Amino acid sequence: MHTTPFSFWKKGFFAGLEVMWLIRLENLHKDYKVDGKMVPALRGIDLSIEKGEIYGVIGHSGAGKSTLIRCINLLEKPTSGRVLIDGVELTALDDGKLQQQRRQIGMIFQHFNLLSSATVADNIAFPLKLAKTPKAVIDQKVTDLLALVGLQEHRNKYPAQLSGGQKQRVGIARALANDPKVLLCDEATSALDPQTTNSILALLLDINRKLGITIVLITHEMHVIRSICDRVGVIDGGKIVESGKVVDVFLKPQHRVTREFVEQVADSVELKEAVSHEKSANDRTIIRITFLGEQTYQPILFQTMQETGTSFNILQGTISRMKETPYGQLVVELEGDADRSRQTIESLRGRGLEVEVI
Amino acid sequence: MEQLWQLLADIDWEDIGQATLDTLAMLGFSTLFTVVIGLPLGILLFLSSKGQLLQNRFIYAILSFIVNVLRSVPFIILMILLIPVTKLIVGTSLGVKGTIPPLVIGAAPFFARLVETSLREVDRGVIEAAQSMGASNWQIIWRVLLPESRPGLIAGITITTVTLVSYTAMSGVIGGGGLGDLAVRFGYQRFQTVVMVVTVAILLVLVQILQMLGDRLVIRFSRK
Repeated sequence: MHTTPFSFWKKGFFAGLEVMWLIRLENLHKDYKVDGKMVPALRGIDLSIEKGEIYGVIGHSGAGKSTLIRCINLLEKPTSGRVLIDGVELTALDDGKLQQQRRQIGMIFQHFNLLSSATVADNIAFPLKLAKTPKAVIDQKVTDLLALVGLQEHRNKYPAQLSGGQKQRVGIARALANDPKVLLCDEATSALDPQTTNSILALLLDINRKLGITIVLITHEMHVIRSICDRVGVIDGGKIVESGKVVDVFLKPQHRVTREFVEQVADSVELKEAVSHEKSANDRTIIRITFLGEQTYQPILFQTMQETGTSFNILQGTISRMKETPYGQLVVELEGDADRSRQTIESLRGRGLEVEVI
Repeated sequence: MEQLWQLLADIDWEDIGQATLDTLAMLGFSTLFTVVIGLPLGILLFLSSKGQLLQNRFIYAILSFIVNVLRSVPFIILMILLIPVTKLIVGTSLGVKGTIPPLVIGAAPFFARLVETSLREVDRGVIEAAQSMGASNWQIIWRVLLPESRPGLIAGITITTVTLVSYTAMSGVIGGGGLGDLAVRFGYQRFQTVVMVVTVAILLVLVQILQMLGDRLVIRFSRK
């Protein structure tokens, strides 16, 4: 017997993993040649994206996020590392096979990149024509997609006659024409105003739910991540510096860059002023309490304070939601001696709240 | 006034009619072949240039050199230099037939550069989007580059055709046919100024019509 009892187990184990992860990036490196020097844009990206989830990558400009998303469909050839989509290693394919695989990966762009010489309908039909789909099928598909993105009346218009939001809707319809497994969004809302951004985000979420398409998006806007993403990766200097569920990453940011993005939406500057002002007084404890999910809507704080008889003062507070998860964060100043404050904190923690003393 | 009528009546209008037809024939065929040769040449120039789909420094350098050489020789000299080549291709270096090869060889490189410039105007993002949808290089040429640059290409053809009008006239000097030939033989060699004026007037009208037609087509196909 040459096979060990483990080989069977190993095979089964890894086969299971392939099914779970739709997209896997393994130790991805990308260097650009600039003025004869090699400049690294990606330095060892490892990323696994689940089937059906919306994964966001957030980073400042120049962090490598655009290179990262373009490496997923190999518009940018990585210097080293592997890209696997649904078990197929794209980095090992020849041009013809890669073109076939790319039809399963839709992509939308910041500047829409529509054919200016083609009508809305022809733009949406474009990927189908590339795949040599029969005309009758194309017509039906285009009609369905126009309805999906709400552009039925604009069928025969040219892109120049549309608004930015409408152009992006055409881009989305075009990207979905081949029924892809994955939709890549390269700063898809960065050129749009806030209201249009929200309508496009709502459309993406709708598509994700209706069609079960896995979405990977890159952005520099916290708002985008918070509105529709399930998980997030923070990229800085060509590396993923922090990743996980959106709620976890943004309520307890660890890395400096993540904190910067969180500050984009919270008024942390005001908080710092408030805290430094109050710090001078003794017998005062300032804490940050984080509520998550159902806790957010329960009067836990009031109940606890009543029990321990502490008087408190709310310095700052947010109650909002990330995708569907409601959350709240309160910065509270507890008055009274240290013992009583400690007791209050214990009690809050006992009720399952996250409490941090600042 | 009467004198003018007399002068015009003296002209052999049949000659002028034939010469006009010859010019139109030269123009038609040479434009056709210029596009047939210049368009692929221009596409190749574009694709092999830096940062494009078939980036190849060697091929680009060779094509670019040939185009530059042909463009830097003044047409009237190019025409004379090409006489043996013309004889090889069409059997004669005279008349309408003998004029077409030098016209094409003179205009195709010019048109190729115009094509290259038009293709550069195509939004890079659109090419990339096509790649992301799994388009092959052929599909990108036929379904993206050519349709997207159509107004520019039409404008290029118009400019080339107008240039060809003046080239056909020049070919009269070495025995090509058409209005140029007429102007040289009668207007220049026999001092019949009126013939010269009439041929120039016809060429002028021809150029006006061509330019107007081209401009209309450009507007018709512009979507930006």
